[in-house]
Amino acid sequence: MRFIWLIPLLPGIGAAINGLIGIRSFSRKAAGALATTLMVAAFGVAVTAFWQLLQLAPDARAYDVTVAQWIPSIPLAMRGGALGAFQVPWGFRLDPLSGMMLLIVTGIGTLIHVYSTAYMADEPRGGVARFFCYLNLFCFFMLMLVLGNNFLVMFVGWEGVGLCSYLLIGYWYEKKTASDAGRKAFITNRVGDWGFILGVFLIFSTFGTFNFRAIQNAAAAMPIETSHFGVLSFICLFLFVGATGKSAQIPLYVWLPDAMEGPTPVSALIHAATMVTAGVYMIGRNAVLFSRAPMVMEIVAIVGVLTALMAASIGLVQYDIKKVLAYSTVSQLGYMFTAMGVGAFSAGAFHLMTHAFFKALLFLGSGSVIHAMGGEQDMRRMGGLKKYLPLTYATMLIGTLAIAGIPPFAGFFSKDEILFRAFLSNKAVWVIAVAAAMMTAFYMWRLVSMTFYGGYRGPAWQAAGHGAAAVAAAHGAPHPADVHAHGQAQLRSHEVSHGPAEPHDDGHHADDAGHGHGAWHGPHESPRAMTMPLFVLAVGAIVAGFVGVPTALYGNNAIEQFLEPSFTAEQAAGGAAREVRPNDVVAGAPLENGRQTGETRALEPAPGAAEESGARVSRAGELGLMAFSVLIAAAGILLAQKFYVTSPEISDQLAERFAGAHRVLSNKYYVDELYNATVIGGTFSSGRGLWAVDRNVVDGAVNGAGRLTMVGSWFSALNDRTVVDGAVNLVGSIVRAGSETFRRFQTGLVQNYALLMLFGIFAFVSIYLFLR
Amino acid sequence: MITPTHYMLLSAALFIIGVTGVMVRRNIIIIFMSIELILNSVNINLVAFSSQLQNQVGQVFAIFVIAVAAAEAAVGLGIILAFYRNKETINIDEMNIMRW
Repeated sequence: MRFIWLIPLLPGIGAAINGLIGIRSFSRKAAGALATTLMVAAFGVAVTAFWQLLQLAPDARAYDVTVAQWIPSIPLAMRGGALGAFQVPWGFRLDPLSGMMLLIVTGIGTLIHVYSTAYMADEPRGGVARFFCYLNLFCFFMLMLVLGNNFLVMFVGWEGVGLCSYLLIGYWYEKKTASDAGRKAFITNRVGDWGFILGVFLIFSTFGTFNFRAIQNAAAAMPIETSHFGVLSFICLFLFVGATGKSAQIPLYVWLPDAMEGPTPVSALIHAATMVTAGVYMIGRNAVLFSRAPMVMEIVAIVGVLTALMAASIGLVQYDIKKVLAYSTVSQLGYMFTAMGVGAFSAGAFHLMTHAFFKALLFLGSGSVIHAMGGEQDMRRMGGLKKYLPLTYATMLIGTLAIAGIPPFAGFFSKDEILFRAFLSNKAVWVIAVAAAMMTAFYMWRLVSMTFYGGYRGPAWQAAGHGAAAVAAAHGAPHPADVHAHGQAQLRSHEVSHGPAEPHDDGHHADDAGHGHGAWHGPHESPRAMTMPLFVLAVGAIVAGFVGVPTALYGNNAIEQFLEPSFTAEQAAGGAAREVRPNDVVAGAPLENGRQTGETRALEPAPGAAEESGARVSRAGELGLMAFSVLIAAAGILLAQKFYVTSPEISDQLAERFAGAHRVLSNKYYVDELYNATVIGGTFSSGRGLWAVDRNVVDGAVNGAGRLTMVGSWFSALNDRTVVDGAVNLVGSIVRAGSETFRRFQTGLVQNYALLMLFGIFAFVSIYLFLR
Repeated sequence: MITPTHYMLLSAALFIIGVTGVMVRRNIIIIFMSIELILNSVNINLVAFSSQLQNQVGQVFAIFVIAVAAAEAAVGLGIILAFYRNKETINIDEMNIMRW
């Protein structure tokens, strides 16, 4: 456990090597192998550390390590006159929550690296190294976020994953939509980060430290803000704003569907399994704070459940396979926030974990389908792929059942736990969540039906080996509403496109020339490097739920017991308290630890109240709720089966009957348009207004000054020309006029001169004689 | 008896004639000759006063003047010749290139 700082560092090294050297000189295989090896190593270290963590007593499962001082101690006057020390170490903390996230990030990250080696094999050489550089860099920052033991280290990771998300969404930066989507994600995240950093500022000014544990211990001593909106509530509200940005909740969810412009492994890793759960993780990290701000908790629950419902309803009518999954992700994140909001922190974290498995599985499966279809993403142009992609079909079916909440797959346990807790806390939230659950089952089964069942509707392909057109499949009539979809397919032609004519070994990128869109020879199963991660994730999607079997089903809810210490303040002075620097703790908290132990339990509405109220619902009731949610999921699946498999015309009829509703859903409730009209339009018009001010007032002032100078100089020139030059010329003219007269004397005739001399002498002599 | 006054009158008359000649004549040779008259009027004055005052310096001076006049005549006639070669005239009114 002493070496947990190695876990983020290893992918960081990979990113540095691939970024500095790899882009220029590594082959595709070398870049992928380097990145994957380092991820495997990080996963190894993470598993070892996690194993060591499990060996500790349940209450002492926490380990802090400070690698170095980041910001050395700066004395600082705090609010209330006390003197705090502003110092930030590069501190990492391993506890049950971060341990779980660690395994998710490194484990699923490794699988997705493996998958990417095959998926990205058709990219140009430097592009592959760049991709793996970004991917490793993402893992580095994500692990920093997860492992950091204070807010600033977490913030480094928080911003870093945002950066990597931007870089990877815009990986195909030559495509306008991709670079736009990247910018959208980045800017939307900035709005959330604004809230996050305000929360961090408020935390420091309140508690005088950034250390999570110290903050929790200090907060545990503060009263619960049931009736007023105090400082803790504000902190939590700001942090939640940050979480909505990162985890794509209302109102900042708009970037996530657009983020599907990135390569599919990126969507799986960043926009499904890890980065988008950072907000959930962050709320879990600060569970003690949140449980002391019940009003904010209510906001969290309402926002979460509304997001779940809204995203699920949009997902019902999307045709892009990745867009469906993206809205599904937003919806599932909404579930996690609902769980956080009703105080079921461990249920939320549990769902985070199971969701990471099945959503990564579904995304990678969709990537496999897209790969098979030569870059096609529109489900209307798929269909009947079961026979071509048996492995992908089987694994995606497992993922679908898991997300729909069919027992015994992973999603059932976690989602049911959330629904159960929501039922105990707030019936209205529960009703909405159940509706969203039904929609989830529906759109997921719709996805599977449209993709794998029915007849093939995709484009025709040329039989392998024939140069001349031997059309092997009935040419699918283009769907009426298909224009944009086909254009999209054209645009994506460079995403994944290679034909099965070439063997599916790792060397199939040897011949780049054969990889054009034209060389596509029909749907085909993906190479082993892509199906292997699917298998592993499918196994995960089956078994991951068993760590959280509820007591009603004779389980022991191991995950909840395991995670519990992360969501409560320090129980005793012992344990991990050693690791917390006493200086950082605001006076009061450590002293009252003894009393607090009892109180914490009683005061915490989070697990405490839930357990307490849990007692009110009998085991039969709980089982009944479970059965109900399974029924709901099954109903959703059956409905989708009826609409899209047995009688496909029903869906079209419904779309016609409820054309208005269908249009609203297809256009995603016009939220993008709304934001365009208000926020973005406002920004643009205020920019234009400022530009006008700049042009008219500022430039006007400058130009006016210039013009004034010009006028002044014109007068000055006039003065120069008339007065000064006039004086000079006047002198000249006078001299000239004078000389005109006097030079006449210079006749050149000697006799004139002699005469003048004579007169002169005569005059002088006369004067002399006269005056004598 | 001839008194210095007579000499001086003669001298003055010669001087006036000379100056008038210089002033009014256009032929440069005549002007030259008029200058000789002026010089000789001076010589008469010098010799007359030398004899009156019993001082030989006046006579010596007169001889000097005659010598200088001879030299001047040589140089002057040279200039006149050169001028004549250029302009085919010895009219002093034509000698006016040094003017405004």
